[in-house]
Amino acid sequence: MPMQPFENFRGTVAPLDRANVDTDAIIPKQFLKSIKRTGFGPNLFDEWRYLDRGEPGQDCANRPLNPDFVLNDPRYAHATILLARHNFGCGSSREHAPWALADYGFKVLIAPSFADIFHQNAIKNGLLPIVLDEAVVDRLFELATDGDEPLTIDVDLHNLTLDADGHGSIEIDIDPFHHHCLIHGLDDIGLTLTHADDIAAYEARRRAEAPWLFA
Amino acid sequence: MLDPGRRRPNRRRRAAQHLSSPHRRGTLVGFVFAPETAPMPTPRTLYDKIWDDHVVRTDEHGTSLLYIDRQLVHEVTSPQAFEGLRLAGRKPRRPEANLAVPDHNVPTTDRHLGITDPISRIQVETLEANCREVGIQLFDMADKRQGIVHVIGPEEGFTQPGLTMVCGDSHTSTHGAFGALAFGVGTSEVEHVLATQCLLQKKSKSMLVRVDGPLGRGVTAKDIVLAIIGEIGTAGGTGHVIEYGGDAIYALSMEGRMTVCNMSIEAGARAGLIGIDETTIDYVRGRPMAPQGALFEQAAAYWRSLNSDPGAEYDRVVTLDAASIRPQVTWGTSPEMVLPVDAAVPDPADIVDPVKSGSYRHALAYMGLAPGTPLADIPLDKVFIGSCTNGRIEDLRAAAAVARGHKVADSIKLAMVVPGSGLVKAQAEAEGLDKVFIEAGFEWREPGCSMCLAMNADRLEPGERCASTSNRNFEGRQGQGGRTHLVSPAMAAAAAIHGRFVDVREI
Repeated sequence: MPMQPFENFRGTVAPLDRANVDTDAIIPKQFLKSIKRTGFGPNLFDEWRYLDRGEPGQDCANRPLNPDFVLNDPRYAHATILLARHNFGCGSSREHAPWALADYGFKVLIAPSFADIFHQNAIKNGLLPIVLDEAVVDRLFELATDGDEPLTIDVDLHNLTLDADGHGSIEIDIDPFHHHCLIHGLDDIGLTLTHADDIAAYEARRRAEAPWLFA
Repeated sequence: MLDPGRRRPNRRRRAAQHLSSPHRRGTLVGFVFAPETAPMPTPRTLYDKIWDDHVVRTDEHGTSLLYIDRQLVHEVTSPQAFEGLRLAGRKPRRPEANLAVPDHNVPTTDRHLGITDPISRIQVETLEANCREVGIQLFDMADKRQGIVHVIGPEEGFTQPGLTMVCGDSHTSTHGAFGALAFGVGTSEVEHVLATQCLLQKKSKSMLVRVDGPLGRGVTAKDIVLAIIGEIGTAGGTGHVIEYGGDAIYALSMEGRMTVCNMSIEAGARAGLIGIDETTIDYVRGRPMAPQGALFEQAAAYWRSLNSDPGAEYDRVVTLDAASIRPQVTWGTSPEMVLPVDAAVPDPADIVDPVKSGSYRHALAYMGLAPGTPLADIPLDKVFIGSCTNGRIEDLRAAAAVARGHKVADSIKLAMVVPGSGLVKAQAEAEGLDKVFIEAGFEWREPGCSMCLAMNADRLEPGERCASTSNRNFEGRQGQGGRTHLVSPAMAAAAAIHGRFVDVREI
């Protein structure tokens, strides 16, 4: 599926202060029974966000909210940037996790590290995962939790910088191919299919070298 | 200022010493006696060799188009991929390179009733319709070969050494036990592979985890991999492909090797690999989807050439002494929160790092455990033996050996055994293992993922505590509010009999 091109982005931050947040926590298994890509936002972090047991097809508007969960804090109600701790998105490969984050409204994820499969899945869905040093992430957590106003961050994808609302700016590192895809919103299957001749040539060579693979 | 000075990862590579596969020593000869005029080939790892043999092209950013030989497909992560193909007017490039099976949603009781949950049923029916439409082979619920994707792939010979394999499931790392580069992907990549038989990939870093020396009695592959995760952490393998080496690894059966590679993802690595030896080749020989006759011998010669060369370098090397590994039990909500069965629950107050200390506090609150509690004193409610980690015949034999002639403790509400596949179930029944379990008070179920992730009716209720042979002790993994302790099959069976954890070495 072609994704939406990513523009330069300004948004407020929700700080999720837990390490090793797994994809079971991001979107619990009962919601994986859907055969669609959309509609997962209301069940994002379901077990942390609500006090009752979540089931597919519920009207989440009437469910009891967990007042201690960060996304239920009015300060972070409109956050589009999720600040997290290390190894965010570990565990199951379910792409429902980035689908849920995007459907909820997040565009940017910041953490000291992301799990590999989650990172790949996020990029495929036009979410921007930004890896920053632990010390910088610590500082952003302080800024995001101090005071009554949420922290606003600007991400400039052309100059590869992140600006924390008057508290300084920092370079960000994004894989050049991912950067290209995010900026242009490419359909990467379409891109791969432009190399169909290379794939056919590989298959022909491999068929001769390793015929059992094609038997 | 936000910028503390940029750090670059240390890229120094370390050479592996004395890898214990006999074939590694064998490949040395070709290099040592190479003609003087020929350049000395750079020693390569198994990962390097499989990678090199599958690169279709590499772009200016260093991103490669990697050819994918085989894909396994299940009902949960594929419907949106097939839908994507349809919307774009695309067709699978090689339907015959895929094998599909429903496993996550299938019931483990009363199969003749079909799937009663309508949403689960639609997902399984969607898989069947999609496979029919594009010509992908499917083992449906009535097929005796139906089972967990990562059990049936090896069982059918669909999994072979030297392959690149993917599946929309993180435990695809299991197949690395065969010396195949196998990793989990998301649904967009399932669609990408269906459409192009390729994936866009950057090469990962390499890590060698060597487990040297003999394992102690009662210590299994599950304990090895849990000990490794305890050592390097759940992000220890992030960005790496792990190769497991050392004599403790090569002494394992294929089932044990699959258990180790299966949980590579819990160590943060997308893929785990074990070199190819005669144990590997003997397992593959004669399986229905493996090459047959002369083609098999040709394939086997190629497979033997793939092992890491002596002197091949890794970005990171970790060594464990097999003799020091004791039966493992997880106490928290991440697989790295693991200790030997004779240890006690740790105290978060002893942890200096505030983030880690906070994680420990959260975990203990969720698990309902107090610091200092001996793991052996933790009472259990349920026991689950099964999953792609430990649902194979060898696992059932190990559990049955402990259960034989005993009874499940009265305090255990449910102890269930879920074979990894229909063929594992049939084999176990041929050996009489089903009777051993049933006589001891275990339930003997139909194959599937079951309570590893509780997408079907098999789940924990809030607050229930389970000894489980699965792979993830995450919050809510086995049911909202459920508390999971990961252990080996023998440890799970012993826990069922005693109603709490016991050290299998002492029974």
